Amino acid sequence: MDIIYLLIPIAIILAGLGIWGFFWSVNSGQYDDMESPAHSILFDDDEHLIPDDAKQKAADKQDD
Amino acid sequence: MSERSSANQPQLCFHCGLDVPANAGYSAEINGQLQPMCCPGCQAVAEAIAAGGLENYYKHRTGDAQSPNTADRNHSQQRLAELKLYDEASVQQSFVNTLSDGSKQAALVIEGITCAACVWLLEHHLSALEGVTQASVNMTNHRAQISWNPDQIELSTILGAIYSIGYQGHPYHPNKEEQLLAAETRRATRRLGIAGIFTMQIMMLAAAIYADSNNQLEQQFITFIRWASFVLATPVVFYAARPFFDAAWRDLKTRSLTMDVPVSIAIGGAYTASVWATATASGEVYFDSVSMFTFFLLVGRYLEMKARHRTGRAGNSLLNLLPASATVIRDGQEVLIPATDLKTGDRVIVKPGHTVSADGIIIAGNSSIDESALTGEYLPLNKQPGDKVVGGTINVENPLEIEVTDVGAESKLSSVVRLLDRAHQEKPAVAKTADKIAGYFVAAVLITAITVALIWWNIAPEHALWVTLSVLVVTCPCALSLATPTALTAATGALRENGILITRGHVLESLSHATHIVFDKTGTLTEGNLSLQQTITLDALNYTRCLDIAAALEAHSEHPIAKAFHPHCEEFQIAPATDLRNHIGEGLEGTVDGIRYRIGKPEFASSDCPKVLSYQDAPDNNGQWLLLVTEQTPLAWFCLNDPLRKYAAQSVQKLQQQGLTVTMLTGDNSAAVGAVSQQLNIDQVISGVSPEEKLQHVQQLQAEGARVIMVGDGINDIPVLAGAQISIAMGAATDLAKTNADAVLISSDLQRLPQALNHAKKTQRIIRQNLGWALVYNIIALPLAASGLIAPYMAAIGMSASSLVVVGNALRLSRLKQRLTVARQPASSPDVTAVKSQS
Repeated sequence: MDIIYLLIPIAIILAGLGIWGFFWSVNSGQYDDMESPAHSILFDDDEHLIPDDAKQKAADKQDD
Repeated sequence: MSERSSANQPQLCFHCGLDVPANAGYSAEINGQLQPMCCPGCQAVAEAIAAGGLENYYKHRTGDAQSPNTADRNHSQQRLAELKLYDEASVQQSFVNTLSDGSKQAALVIEGITCAACVWLLEHHLSALEGVTQASVNMTNHRAQISWNPDQIELSTILGAIYSIGYQGHPYHPNKEEQLLAAETRRATRRLGIAGIFTMQIMMLAAAIYADSNNQLEQQFITFIRWASFVLATPVVFYAARPFFDAAWRDLKTRSLTMDVPVSIAIGGAYTASVWATATASGEVYFDSVSMFTFFLLVGRYLEMKARHRTGRAGNSLLNLLPASATVIRDGQEVLIPATDLKTGDRVIVKPGHTVSADGIIIAGNSSIDESALTGEYLPLNKQPGDKVVGGTINVENPLEIEVTDVGAESKLSSVVRLLDRAHQEKPAVAKTADKIAGYFVAAVLITAITVALIWWNIAPEHALWVTLSVLVVTCPCALSLATPTALTAATGALRENGILITRGHVLESLSHATHIVFDKTGTLTEGNLSLQQTITLDALNYTRCLDIAAALEAHSEHPIAKAFHPHCEEFQIAPATDLRNHIGEGLEGTVDGIRYRIGKPEFASSDCPKVLSYQDAPDNNGQWLLLVTEQTPLAWFCLNDPLRKYAAQSVQKLQQQGLTVTMLTGDNSAAVGAVSQQLNIDQVISGVSPEEKLQHVQQLQAEGARVIMVGDGINDIPVLAGAQISIAMGAATDLAKTNADAVLISSDLQRLPQALNHAKKTQRIIRQNLGWALVYNIIALPLAASGLIAPYMAAIGMSASSLVVVGNALRLSRLKQRLTVARQPASSPDVTAVKSQS
């Protein structure tokens, strides 16, 4: 059980780190727009990353 | 595809979603397919998007784009000249920062953003420009943060690029209030984060103690866990919970008991006692309850604040009504300067079709001014030298020279903005009621706690402190203080997403009790735009020929009457009229194919005729009649009228079904009133009344015990809007009307009204359930706690659970029941969806 003397302080330090990261993200404006990042993941601007043969297969599937 | 789209169904513009006029012939190639466009503006924008390789925008968007203003696009040269102004250092200094590496950074407000795809489109389009180092667009507040290298690109080029894809960028200077709002948001977010993260940690530690029901845990570990909880809870109490202490202190100073007082006593008392218990290794600790309670309350406050800021933001776009630049006369020369540099006494030239840049007095020129932005009146007013003009209104016909009288904070537009700000300062009436109940509740809790303390002190002094605290924790007014704000927040948010912006707190409560609903006619039940309803020919010339001549004469005027003829000009390419003369307020005179014609008011048009005709000679009384005359022979009558709004009839019917008495109250005295009321099946009609009489009528209804909703749009409706229990302004209403209204129907879709009424009733029901639940919980828990039967962990769980029940119940309001009859025109929508899904 003595391990909690080590673990709990570590947990507190980690929570402190979390708070520091959170403050940093708030101050750098990451919470100012809660809408568009949720959508932007859905935009297919990674189309050039899809191999051509995979694209072809997807197109075939759509035609069925 | 082409076969289907050329069928007889009405086509919708692929870009903006408006109807495409027949034979318009505009199209653009998107993803290899030719798509219909309604106007050259949309065509240009769509082509620019396609040329930039950003066609994916059309795939991802969830709403149609805004239609670019075609008239504005005709002046694109002028527009680019205006944008050039932004390259001047003196203009840039107010909103452009120079970064350490020499690049520049500016914040812009972007007009025309409708969905997340717009953000994607703007960011990609701007980042692709050479010299732009960074471009990010915020969808919530429609602001763009752009950095660029001044050696490679000019700001005007960036603004031009934004313009080319159908948006408008304005420099953004945050005013003091906006800076305060931003700071408040960040502070609240930080508080929420502290409370959230630390609460999780404390709960974890508390669980260890709760799980130890057999007391197997050695005392040294318990003490250690308590100290750890103390370390974690301290920032929550001193930083996150600070607003409650501040508010409670303020309330005590003003001798009023609000919810903040018991909240503070509970947080402060439980924390202090827990610290004491930790230090002396005795009794119970409540660090977990304290921080969780704080966290829940902060979540409620945070959501409330978000809703408040959102409504407050409506006013920011008002000042954008003013143009960016103005043409002033300096040393006899016309100079284009930024509108912000205008000073009192400057002489400004306002060309036809341009916006008046500041309040002033006309020095030279006669013209009509479109004040619809300010007054909602769709017919322009005639103005002469000596008359006042207001910044933000539009000069319709002739060039004007004005002397600037008021700029900046003194201008009429700024005063409207201030009114809007004031409107948002008030506290909701329901919240006031809750505060009042809370006042009594707080007093009751405090008295009970003192009584319990005294009793236990006499029976068992060693338990007194802990039982008393237990009473305070278990009766924590958490659920009670969350009951109303969470329900209101959820309902307001749901309505906002559906096009009703609630700007004052009492609206939801009053809506559910309304008995009467009174509509203004023009601009509310009708669209507020003139359109050609009927043409009656008098002479040998046929119908089409008469219409051609009229359209040719009116083709180059931007007057609303002339605009009613414009669709006809677009349908048939008509040879322009020559030798046009504009008789302000009377009509037009011009030559078409060598023959002289007059069109306008009957008396004016027929003044050279053997018999002068007047309105009495018009075929009927149902609208505004214009006469077309040639060489002393009357040719045709044109009837202009204001068409009914879409779904007006269904909405009125639904409101009547909900048990409301529907009344139409209008200043209009024409026969059109009868026609409208008949179409809408409204039997209570009062027409031809002045604004004062409107107010009197509503007050009379109220004296008879009616609770009245007033729906209106114009400046003439303002007194009655202010007088009714609830006022609702249309989205296209004048700003002054909007500031005086309790709610704004942003979408101008009347169907939202019956929906909002239903939702308001549901909100009342849920608030009552919440308050009831909170009281029942407290009534049960209080005696148990007072008799010392409730263990601390039970108190903590009970308190949290009761809050969760309340919040969960309130969240049921965050979605509006969709019961719309027709969401879109059924005839055209399958076609459009087919187009979009295939692209």
